[in-house]
Amino acid sequence: MREAETTSKVAVTCTVNGVAHTVEAYSMMRLLDVLREDLRLTGTKEGCGEGECGACSVMLNGELVNSCLIPIAQVEGANIKTIEGISLSDEQLHGVQEAFIVCGGAQCGICTPGMVIAAVHLLERNPTPDDAEIRDALAGNLCRCTGYVKIFEAVVHACRNRKA
Amino acid sequence: MRAYLPVYELKVPRSLQEALVLLEGEPGVWRPFAGGTDLMVLLEAGKLAHRNFFSILHLDELRGIQETPEHLTLGALTTYTQVRNHATLRGEFPMLCRAASETGGLAIQNRGTLGGNISNASPAADSPPALLVYDAQIELVSAARGSRLVEYKDFHTGYKQTLMRPDELISRIRLPRTQENARQHYYRKVGTRKAQAISKVCFAATARVEGRLLEDVRIALGSVAPTVVRCEKTEAILRNSEIDEQAISAAQDELSREVVPIDDLRSTANYRLEVALNLLGEFLRSTVAA
Repeated sequence: MREAETTSKVAVTCTVNGVAHTVEAYSMMRLLDVLREDLRLTGTKEGCGEGECGACSVMLNGELVNSCLIPIAQVEGANIKTIEGISLSDEQLHGVQEAFIVCGGAQCGICTPGMVIAAVHLLERNPTPDDAEIRDALAGNLCRCTGYVKIFEAVVHACRNRKA
Repeated sequence: MRAYLPVYELKVPRSLQEALVLLEGEPGVWRPFAGGTDLMVLLEAGKLAHRNFFSILHLDELRGIQETPEHLTLGALTTYTQVRNHATLRGEFPMLCRAASETGGLAIQNRGTLGGNISNASPAADSPPALLVYDAQIELVSAARGSRLVEYKDFHTGYKQTLMRPDELISRIRLPRTQENARQHYYRKVGTRKAQAISKVCFAATARVEGRLLEDVRIALGSVAPTVVRCEKTEAILRNSEIDEQAISAAQDELSREVVPIDDLRSTANYRLEVALNLLGEFLRSTVAA
């Protein structure tokens, strides 16, 4: 391979869980790595690293995305929410997090932050999803432990509690 | 991350014009980068050979869906999520919405763009067979020549090859509207599982049927040739014929000559051919059963 010219890092400013951050990184650095290594927000997990598993799901300007597929240069000015920004306070979990505990929706835990983010994203848009809508919303998140039934039940439980 | 990041660059031009000037200034050096759902996978795998990119995702000039009586025009950056949620598209071009909803999961659909799906030029892409059947046109822009419109059926010239010049970008995708409410639409993607799978075979077709007579038919397939293919010979055999088992069998014979599937990591040539022929049969029977 020929000797390659190297680029320099760029400064990118974005808001993560309500806090403004400026990071210096190579422009193609993955948002996932910036979150975990620069900002030490290790709740977001790396599963496959190719957009298949959803473990690295975060919300970017309110949209569900895979943070492994986003180069940092594309998040200038963006508003990002990670699993660390989901709970209502240090003492009070989000209803979806509560439901995962109650229903046994988490086992090894690697898929859990992504599953919770995807479920919260769904309920923000559609507080009363039917079964097909829940399956569609979570279709991009893989779990190798639970067989999905308990995760599915957790989302249904969270919807019911929300209505109550 | 298997790539060495310091050798890659992702510039962020402030306007479409700035992007086009960059493309024109150093031909072949800079390539567009939209939602990144294909390019970032290559980067992570250490297989992204090209190194200089510019982001277009923030360019408003490439966004939006416009409706006129004759056309629906989609900005190149229209995401799969925007496609699947668009009321007029759902009513008039339902196969495009179906393709969008079966491409990856929601996180991919929020990020992947129609223009990216087209220019990435994979023969396994899911929206191109629908675009072929709907006679889509592609608008290309360059700093030197402004914009030009090309027929999508001419766009793919070989495996991962297109007729785009090095200084051009896809700006819009134009779909001719038709008043034919009688048009039937048939779309099937066959993959390993329902969500997140890449196609083994993708089949899109429309038909206009009067009784058993097939007055008009359009058929396109993905993953069965070096490019997505519109199957005009098979269409010609079927057009203005009565749909019965004999006609279906003749069309299947023609289709088997018109596609050239291969063995690869996702499937085999034999399986793909068998499935393509079965889907043609299912489509044709569905048109007269409806």
